[in-house]
Amino acid sequence: MMEFIKEPWPWHISGVLIAGVMILLFFFGKSFGFSSNFRTICAMCGGGKQCKFFDFDWKAQRWNLMFLVGAVIGGFIASTWMSNGEGVAISQATIADLQILGIDKPDGLQPSELFSWNTLTTGSGWIILVVGGFLVGFGARYAGGCTSGHAICNWVFYRRSVYIICHSPLDSRIIP
Amino acid sequence: MKAVKFIIAGILFGIIMTKSEAISWYRIQEMFRFQSFHMYGIIGTAVVLGAIAVALIKKFKLRDFNGNQIVFADKAKTWPRYIVGGTIFGMGWALTGACPGPIFVNLGYGFSVFTVVIASAILGTFAYGFILRKLPH
Repeated sequence: MMEFIKEPWPWHISGVLIAGVMILLFFFGKSFGFSSNFRTICAMCGGGKQCKFFDFDWKAQRWNLMFLVGAVIGGFIASTWMSNGEGVAISQATIADLQILGIDKPDGLQPSELFSWNTLTTGSGWIILVVGGFLVGFGARYAGGCTSGHAICNWVFYRRSVYIICHSPLDSRIIP
Repeated sequence: MKAVKFIIAGILFGIIMTKSEAISWYRIQEMFRFQSFHMYGIIGTAVVLGAIAVALIKKFKLRDFNGNQIVFADKAKTWPRYIVGGTIFGMGWALTGACPGPIFVNLGYGFSVFTVVIASAILGTFAYGFILRKLPH
């Protein structure tokens, strides 16, 4: 049991559990969609005064902000008590590709070359953290949802839109 | 109490995303290079099981814990926003190695620099709100 808690989970267990969270939200009367929180935060900060898109009853979205708070706590719990501290076991092909980009073999969950405050002093760090974040926020709202809402939830709702959104991120693979 | 159940659901989500390594930049690089089944397996399993759950909820007209019938809203059947928006989103996902959920899970994990990603994503959403009328949807 202790091993199961500390080791990374295989995809089939993870997939079943994520579906479980989504179904739980259905029974809470809500629909899974994480990126809506960015719009809610804009509305909370008074964005509705400047722009109609942010002029809505954001208080109805408080449940999703609570889910967000939980996600942060969940990350903390998993890193503090549920980690074996080993590098992510990605494929050899990916390791070789990343070495060309100057990224070493994984020794943890994230490459420390990219996700530290020092990264912000470099141009590529800015592109990854600042431009990347901007594109995620902009693109998710433009497409009307992110991975949780579109790829997982809507696919489930048999909407053809999902095929497009699921495939287009794949088409846009780029090298940092 | 109402808030607590959503916080607990969020905690479960955060733990699952971390333990599945779906919040790892390495895993996203691997996915976008089509070099492993891992991420496709996670999303595929969730989609198939979710589809079965939705079909059962519809067939048996199931109700949520508050006693209201569970309904699924239709999304608009349109193409440009999904292709263009999805591509922009995908570029951001490939760069940061995190979609909106994992951005926050990473913050909790201890990568404080994700506050910069969060601020940028809020700015990106704000920018979309301002120019959405000029964009094809």
